[in-house]
Amino acid sequence: MRTRTQEKIIETLLKLAASITILTTIGIIGVLLYETIAFFKEVSIVDFLTDTEWTPLFAQKHFGILPLVSGTVLTTLIAIAVALPIGLTIAVYLNMYAPKAFRKTFKPMLEVLAAVPTVVYGFFALTVVTPFLQSIYPDLSGFNSLSAGIVMGIMIIPFVSSLSEDALYAIPKTLKEASFGMGATRFQTSFKVMVPAASSGIIVSVILAISRAIGETMIVAIAAGQQPRLTFDPTVPIETITAYIVQVSMGDVPHGSLEYRTIFAAGITLFIFTFLLNTVSFWIKKKYQEKYD
Amino acid sequence: MKTKQITKIILGAVVVLTLVSCGGNTDKNETKTDQAALTGDIKIDGSSTVYPITEAVAEEFRAEQPGVNVTVGVSGTGGGFKKFSRGETEISDASRPIKDKEKAACEENGISYVELEVAYDGLAVLVNPANTWVDYLTVEELKKIWEPAAQGVVMKWNQIRKEWPNEEIHLFGPGVASGTYDYFTEVINGEEGASRGDYTASEDDNVLVQGVSTDKLGLAFFGLAYYEENKDKLKLVPVNGGNGAVLPTQETVANGTYTPLSRPIFIYVSNKAAQKEEVVSFVNFYLEIVPSISKEVGYVPIPNDILAKQVEKFNTFVAQK
Repeated sequence: MRTRTQEKIIETLLKLAASITILTTIGIIGVLLYETIAFFKEVSIVDFLTDTEWTPLFAQKHFGILPLVSGTVLTTLIAIAVALPIGLTIAVYLNMYAPKAFRKTFKPMLEVLAAVPTVVYGFFALTVVTPFLQSIYPDLSGFNSLSAGIVMGIMIIPFVSSLSEDALYAIPKTLKEASFGMGATRFQTSFKVMVPAASSGIIVSVILAISRAIGETMIVAIAAGQQPRLTFDPTVPIETITAYIVQVSMGDVPHGSLEYRTIFAAGITLFIFTFLLNTVSFWIKKKYQEKYD
Repeated sequence: MKTKQITKIILGAVVVLTLVSCGGNTDKNETKTDQAALTGDIKIDGSSTVYPITEAVAEEFRAEQPGVNVTVGVSGTGGGFKKFSRGETEISDASRPIKDKEKAACEENGISYVELEVAYDGLAVLVNPANTWVDYLTVEELKKIWEPAAQGVVMKWNQIRKEWPNEEIHLFGPGVASGTYDYFTEVINGEEGASRGDYTASEDDNVLVQGVSTDKLGLAFFGLAYYEENKDKLKLVPVNGGNGAVLPTQETVANGTYTPLSRPIFIYVSNKAAQKEEVVSFVNFYLEIVPSISKEVGYVPIPNDILAKQVEKFNTFVAQK
């Protein structure tokens, strides 16, 4: 009898703990929706999606989210352009070439990159990478998406390399051995057999890295500028969705005003992006899982 | 930290001087305990531009005289004078001289006052040191760059003056919550709070300094004090307000030739307040430390000779009663 009640209590506690995370998510979505609906009562959704200017705090108000989206997409693309080749190379090297002992020590060390506080990355971009890039290309602005994107790429290398390496590691040994048996070199085996075989895992790693990059805030807020601008020029100051939210949250915008609600509209846009990406990665994972087992 | 130390030194000096003039020659520690602790209320209201200075002074004063309750409100210069003329406040903060209408209201209620200049509010227009083309800017050109109609239209340097390069202009300025923004838009664009919105706006002046100091195509405006701290990274632009291009310096700001981007800011003390010991002590304290305080909160400190005149003016006013 006693153990049964104990069991019940523990079960309820565990259930509560699990439901807290779900309730939090529901709460966040609820608040986002509530404020966003209030926002779209005053601003037309067509303007929001098609206007090419975003100046909600100024005399001439424009509520076009596109400049913020372009800023976010631009920095993310640069980050992926850095992280994908480097991350994938590292993953292949660790899996196919590196001695086992090296892999064991190197992988945790690489993951330290992900543990560096992002504010440190932000200042690294602003005070080290930007001046360095300016010494090569003097017309580069002090705030620009290039430097922020590159540093963000460095930050997400461990996401790509670690998850891709896991995917490569999960491929049955027989596949590798068969390839070697056919007389393929290591390089041929890596890129003609292993990488294609692990492609679903690699794609998932890239998608997770993208979703991390889209949500990244400190680096872009510090190094990319605070000027919403619809452009794909990586040398000028831009503003991402996250940087805008930071800017307004820290300013003196009164609660409940239209200006205040813009951050929720921006927030839900961001949420939709990351939610879609996570869903896609979940779907890919599910679809291609166990293909080789 | 710095201000506190300076304050302490100044206060120490004041105390010693007072004592010496009274013929006393005891050491500092004793004099502090000897000094009579004041009590009472001092109500201050008015301009939000002056507020940071007055509030900082009040904070220092509270530390010295905890028995005196100093409150500083922010009703704007006009709102402040309204209360002042009704005798509701002892001191009024103002970012412009009192208007005739407000003078009349004071007279009606039998309130006379003294006007004291406490600091200067100066705005600097800046470009990158690598910018070789900008020799000066007129007020009209500044308006052309910053007015609301410029949004998305004036994007290149050669749109401002034909001979300037056909390259993008990158603008940096304070955010809408800043008093500097209000002031700039008021005198340049003719309406407070009206400007273009497609520029890098930040309430943090260091972001603006960082932005324009690392961007060859940048142009910024912010409080002159921030330029003083970053002289080597920025290039100051002379502004032509109709009487030739003037570079903002301590002198041109103080003597008013750097127009329209500089203005003196004032406090007004009423005759009734000047009869109260705690108010006299507060105003004297104010005038003692305002140069260091104004620098700290981003204004141009008042030169010593003008400050001395303000002290004299106040003393005469107190003596009249």
